[in-house]
Amino acid sequence: MSNGERTSRGAPDKYRDLMNTSIGRTVSARIGLPRPALLRRFRAGDALLPGPLLLGGNGLTGLAQALTAAGAEVVTGEAAGARGEHPPSADRLGALVYDASELDGVAGLAAIREFLAGSLRRLSSSGRVLIIGREPDGTDHGWDAARQALDGIVRSLGKELRAGATANLVSLAGTPSSDALQSLARFLLSGRAAYVDGQTLRVAAVAVDAPADWATPLIGRVAVVTGAARGIGAAIAEVLARDGAKVIAADLPAAGEALAKVANRINGTALQLDVTDESAAGTLIRYAGERFGGLDVVVHNAGITRDKLMANMKAESWDPVLAVNLQSQVQFNAELLRTDGLRPGGRIICLASTTGLAGNRGQTNYGASKAGIIGMVRSMAPPFHGRGITINAVAPGFIDTAMTHRMPLASREVARRINSLQQAGLPVDVAETVGWLAWPGSAGISGQTVRVCGQNWLGA
Amino acid sequence: MPTREAVVIGGNRIPFARANGRYALASNQDMLTATLDGLVARFGLQGERLGEVVAGAVLKHSQDFNLTRESVLGSALAPTTPAYDIQQACGTSLESVILVANKIAVGQADSGIAAGVDTVSDAPIAVSEGLRTALLAANRARNLPARLKALASIRPSYLAPATPSNSELRTGLSMGEHQAVTTREWAITRQQQDELAAASHQNLAAAYERGFFDDLVTPFLGLTRDNNLRPDSTVERLAELKPVYGRGESEPTMTAGNSTPLTDGAAAVLLGTREWAAERRLPILARFVDAETAAVDYVHGDRKADGLLMAPVYAVPRLLARNGLTLQDFDFYEIHEAFAATVLATLAAWQDPDFSRDRLGLAAPLGGIDRSRLNVTGSSLATGHPFAATGARIVATLAKLLHDKGSGRGLISICAAGGQGVVAIIEAA
Repeated sequence: MSNGERTSRGAPDKYRDLMNTSIGRTVSARIGLPRPALLRRFRAGDALLPGPLLLGGNGLTGLAQALTAAGAEVVTGEAAGARGEHPPSADRLGALVYDASELDGVAGLAAIREFLAGSLRRLSSSGRVLIIGREPDGTDHGWDAARQALDGIVRSLGKELRAGATANLVSLAGTPSSDALQSLARFLLSGRAAYVDGQTLRVAAVAVDAPADWATPLIGRVAVVTGAARGIGAAIAEVLARDGAKVIAADLPAAGEALAKVANRINGTALQLDVTDESAAGTLIRYAGERFGGLDVVVHNAGITRDKLMANMKAESWDPVLAVNLQSQVQFNAELLRTDGLRPGGRIICLASTTGLAGNRGQTNYGASKAGIIGMVRSMAPPFHGRGITINAVAPGFIDTAMTHRMPLASREVARRINSLQQAGLPVDVAETVGWLAWPGSAGISGQTVRVCGQNWLGA
Repeated sequence: MPTREAVVIGGNRIPFARANGRYALASNQDMLTATLDGLVARFGLQGERLGEVVAGAVLKHSQDFNLTRESVLGSALAPTTPAYDIQQACGTSLESVILVANKIAVGQADSGIAAGVDTVSDAPIAVSEGLRTALLAANRARNLPARLKALASIRPSYLAPATPSNSELRTGLSMGEHQAVTTREWAITRQQQDELAAASHQNLAAAYERGFFDDLVTPFLGLTRDNNLRPDSTVERLAELKPVYGRGESEPTMTAGNSTPLTDGAAAVLLGTREWAAERRLPILARFVDAETAAVDYVHGDRKADGLLMAPVYAVPRLLARNGLTLQDFDFYEIHEAFAATVLATLAAWQDPDFSRDRLGLAAPLGGIDRSRLNVTGSSLATGHPFAATGARIVATLAKLLHDKGSGRGLISICAAGGQGVVAIIEAA
């Protein structure tokens, strides 16, 4: 059982486990049932990839070195061909990375087809396809068309890949440093990004600081996680602590019992606090200052649901959802802006939801709050940028938690399967993405919404 | 010997639960461990070796002889933190605060936790004294006939279990009946008692509402607030209750509403030197100033002056004199509400010229207090009273009150079974 499985407090995925027994494999192959893979998830000390990384394309200086530094065994098409060998089949490829940074027109896309078509069959379970392109910027219409086409490639490819493999696009604005590339690779190619699929990440060329030790990139950082008593919040607190942060685990006073257990598990502190209080931001900023000398990372995770069809929606279902999920974050972040409550290099990460992208029946209130978060981070990124602070949203898809465990079986099973990985994510998948956005190397990512949804059919 | 300041850094308790309710299946060790873990979580003390942890319980199973040490081992504290148990009835955890503070003051420790826990629900039930004697005799016997002879001495009546009671061993009277005598002797009225009880509930409810307890209480077993609390308590409602103590008297006044109920719970206080706190960037809420204990001869003494719960009346003047203070030099008074009448009789005694002259040896009485400074966030009538946990509850509460005010001084007074009293002064730091 992987580290991630242990962190999960949701319902076990018995179907996935059955389909991964020898009988299950036979049956699913015969009658065409979906066979969700056991995803590769990060464990400290594991290799970055389950096999060599095949690098194609060209343009970014230092990319191969950065990938090697991140822990990949980099091979290029030419090198493999010159030796008259493909990597032997026992030695499946862990990742296919294509550098499309010099893509200069639609014709250039053919080379990507050639690279992928020739190597995809050798991609290992939970392998990674990563294309690195550039942001359309209006310089040349042909370039922009081709650059946007990359997005179409990974989105469709994500739906074709099997056995837990994923496809993502990094879209560069400017040329990132080697450390920034390494940081990206350490997330996207590793088991940390197990449930990030079919996604485009926009990365600006911002100076990044390499951590002294890549195993603990958050060392010296003080982080607060709201709603940390259970589920995704608890997993975020654990991942931030594992990555070296000093974690303030915050939740409602009524959740204090579970909160204390989380805090003690991660050598953090428990802070009983209602985030909807107008004084919450001030209290937290003061607390972090007094107890730890400052605050670097704020993870807005506290959230509630009060599902009702709009026709039946009363204020008592609407108001608290908007107050807890959205207004508290707007208020808190405004206070951070006003007071310089975050140290330079700070990070704000706000939990949105794919419901905020795709909508969901019975969740106009929740969907409004989560879409609002996406707008908020986009709007607040520029003012925070001047202080070296990033603000992003993470939008989980269907994640197994105690909350989803209460869903009716049929709905839960359907919800679990309607994504490219044919299974629910785990709280740790969301947590790893949050943790990565908090890393020093993620300074070039701001105002964005990163989905952790296994390329859900809804919202991705 | 030069002394150092012992400061109160913070506290933690679990909500108190009425007996045989939410915590019916929780042991003292469960509650104390959870309380320590909540304190550790609040202050980030995981794996920390403290100078010592001192705690106790009034009702304790014989297998819990090392209750505090066992709780430390089950907690997130370093297993190298030493611990010991004490017991001074309802004064237990105030006494444990005094012990830790004194060790800090003389330099024998830099930090420590003082705590207390009690469960009435999970009380020990012992075999009868006759059965115990017979079984021990059988155990001593060297051969079978002697063993059979010893066992043959067991009578059917010996098989009835011995349950703990809160009756005083030397008088056979319950604490409530003792207090009923004192109440009558000091002419404390029903109205006065009900007013005090209503204020306790209203003050506690208001404190919860404004979040005062957010950093003093950690929920336990799903309970988030003291479940004895009745926020809508009023004098009128309390006036409807029937008396339960002193029923042999012509006008009994003590009811279930103005007496504390049996309660389960635990509380803890973290103390240290200023340096120890500063090194860890921990807050300093208050400094421990001084303490005094006293006892009365409630068995043979005067019915009015030597009531079972009157010992704090004697302890406080001695404490004030040693510190050059008057009773009016305080911003907060925390007088444990064993019964509403206990508090009222205590205040009455301090204002009584004859008593003050004859029994306290004072030319003038200590005088009255500003009642708006008394138990301002409620006390035992509202929270309930797990015997050994009350002192730590009060110390943490008062330390936070002083810290929030930013200045001032508080007096703590706790009466205890056996005719004892434990009192202390803390000041804003």
